[in-house]
Amino acid sequence: MPAAPDTIPTHSRSERESSGGYSGWRLLREAITGHRGWSRAWAKPAPRPRYRVVIVGGGGHGLATAFYLATQYGITDVAVLERGPIGLGNVGRNTTFVRSNYFHPQNIRFYEFSLQQWEKLEQTLNFNAMVSQRGTLNLFHTEAQRDLFTRRANQMRLLGVDAEAVSRERVKALVPLIDLDNGRYPVLGGFLQPRGGTVRHDAVAWGYARAASAAGVDVIEQCEITGIVRDAKRVKGVETTRGFVGADIVCLAVAGHSSRLAAMAGVTLPIETHVLQAFVTEAVKPVLDVVLTYGPSHFYVSQSDKGGLVYGGGLDGYNTYGQRGTLPMAEELAASAVTLMPGLARLRVLRQWGGVMDMTMDGSPLITRTPVDGLILNGGWCYGGFKAIPAGGITTAHLIATGAPHPLAAHMGLERFASGHTVDERGAGPYPYAH
Amino acid sequence: MLRIRCPWCGERDEVEFRYRGDATKLRPAGDADLAAFAAYLYERDNPLGWHVEWWLHVAGCRQLLKLVRHTLSHEIHAVLAPSDEVSLPTAEARR
Ligand SMILES: Cc1cc2nc3c(=O)[nH]c(=O)nc-3n(C[C@H](O)[C@H](O)[C@H](O)COP(=O)(O)OP(=O)(O)OC[C@H]3O[C@@H](n4cnc5c(N)ncnc54)[C@H](O)[C@@H]3O)c2cc1C
Ligand SMILES: [Zn+2]
Repeated sequence: MPAAPDTIPTHSRSERESSGGYSGWRLLREAITGHRGWSRAWAKPAPRPRYRVVIVGGGGHGLATAFYLATQYGITDVAVLERGPIGLGNVGRNTTFVRSNYFHPQNIRFYEFSLQQWEKLEQTLNFNAMVSQRGTLNLFHTEAQRDLFTRRANQMRLLGVDAEAVSRERVKALVPLIDLDNGRYPVLGGFLQPRGGTVRHDAVAWGYARAASAAGVDVIEQCEITGIVRDAKRVKGVETTRGFVGADIVCLAVAGHSSRLAAMAGVTLPIETHVLQAFVTEAVKPVLDVVLTYGPSHFYVSQSDKGGLVYGGGLDGYNTYGQRGTLPMAEELAASAVTLMPGLARLRVLRQWGGVMDMTMDGSPLITRTPVDGLILNGGWCYGGFKAIPAGGITTAHLIATGAPHPLAAHMGLERFASGHTVDERGAGPYPYAH
Repeated sequence: MLRIRCPWCGERDEVEFRYRGDATKLRPAGDADLAAFAAYLYERDNPLGWHVEWWLHVAGCRQLLKLVRHTLSHEIHAVLAPSDEVSLPTAEARR
C-alpha cells in the first residue's frame, strides 16, 4: 500500500550525487568495508509547483524520456510523476526480451536503433542491466511459416541487421531439450537473430531512475495524476494526489492506462487495454541458452540467470484492466511448453503475474502529439515496449524538445489511422486483440 | 475464468467464446465524412468499468452475443441478443 504523501521522506537536490559511481572496484571496496558506503540510488524530492516538462508514469519509457531530455537535449526542468513505486508497472512485469527482428522497414530501423542503445546501455547509465545477447530463435513448423520468416530475415538483412536461417540440426544443437518431432508440429527449422537476447528489467527501471535523478530530473513516486488541466487549446498542468503541478508540456507514458489519462484531457485513442501473463518455474541448472519462440501456438521461453524458466504467450483475449490473468491461458502455455520440451513437465511453476497493456488498432506504438497543444503521448506499446525503451526515450525526448517527430519515430503519429498509413506487422486489421 | 450464460445454450466456459470488441460502435451513414469513419474504425472509449461488447459463441450455437461486462472485476451484468436494448448497472457506468 502506498504511504500517505506527507510521510514520504524527501531529500534535497544536493543529495543527488550521493550514490556515487558504480564499478567493480567500488564493489570490492564496499565488500571489504562491510557495504556501509552505499546510499540511496535516486533522490526523493517533493513536487514543485511548476516544471517545464511533466512526464506522467515512471515506467521504462517515462524514465528514459526524462533521462534523454536532460542528457541529450539539455532540458533538466523535468519531473517524472509515478503513482506507485518505480518499477512495479510493465517495466518490471515483462519477460525481458530485446530484439529487432521486425518486418516493416520503419519498425526494423526503430528497434535496431534501440538494440544498439542496449548494447552500450550499461556504460550510458553506469548500471549493470545484465544485457545478455544470447540470441532469439523463432521456430517454424510449416513451409508457409518458413517463407514468412525468410521474407522477414531478408528484409532485416537488406537493412544491415543480423538474421540467419537455422537448420533442424542446428536448432537441436542450440536447444538440446527440444522435441523436434513432437506429434503435431514437427520443427522444420528456425530464424535466429544472434544479437537479440534479454536485459534485467528491474535494473532498467532503477538504472534510468538513478541516472535521470543524477542529471537533475525530479523522480517523484507515490504521486498519482487524477486530472489534466487544459484550456481550449493548450495543456496547463496536472492535478495529482500531491497537489496541482503546472507544466508547459505534459507527456503521458502510462503504458496500459493511456486511454484513461487521455480521456482526462478529452482525447479518445485508438487503443484497447488487455492483459498479458508471464510465468516462472523453479530454478534448474542451465538448460536453455537462447530466447525461444514456438510457432504453432503463441509461446516463448528463456532461462533467467537465477535458473528459472520464464515463459509467456498471447493475450488472455478480452479487454481488461485486471492485472492478474486467467486460467485458460495458463493451461494453454503449459501445454505448449511440454509439447516443445517434454522435460519441462517435471518443473513446478513458482510464480505467475499479469500486466495490462495498451493494444493499438494496428499493433504499433504511439509517439505523438495529440489534439491538445503541449500534450504528448508515448504509449500503445502492446506486448513489445520493453525492447523499445531506449529508442522510445530518445525519440520522445526529441519530440518534446524540438516539437517535431524524430525521423525514426515519424511513423508513430496518431494521424496515421485517419490517413490510412497504419503499420500493421501482422496484417490483422483494426482489431486490437488480434495483434 | 469467465462463465457466460448464453441465452441459447446455457452457462458455458469462456473458452467456447471469442471476444469481438466494443459493441457501441455503429457504422456511420454512407455519406459521412472521413473523420466519422476513422472514429468508427479506430477510436475506442476503453473504459475502466462497464463495457458493452460482442462475443461470438464459436464452439456452441455460433450466435453473436452482446455482453455487459466490467473491465476490472470481470463481472457479467447481462448477456443479450445483438438487437436487445442495453441497460447499464449504474448511471456513471460508461466511463
Ligand atoms: C507479461 C508481459 C510480458 C512482456 N514481455 C515483453 C518482452 O519480452 N519484450 C518487450 O519488448 N516487451 C514486453 N512487454 C511489454 C513491455 O513490458 C511494455 O510495453 C513496456 O514496459 C511499457 O512501457 P513502460 O515500461 O513505460 O510501462 P510501465 O512500467 O507500466 O510504466 C507506466 C507507469 O505509469 C504509471 N501510471 C499509470 N497511471 C498513472 C497515473 N494516473 N498517475 C501516475 N502514474 C501512473 C504506472 O504505475 C506505471 O508505473 C511485456 C509486457 C507484459 C505485461
Ligand atoms: Zn450459444
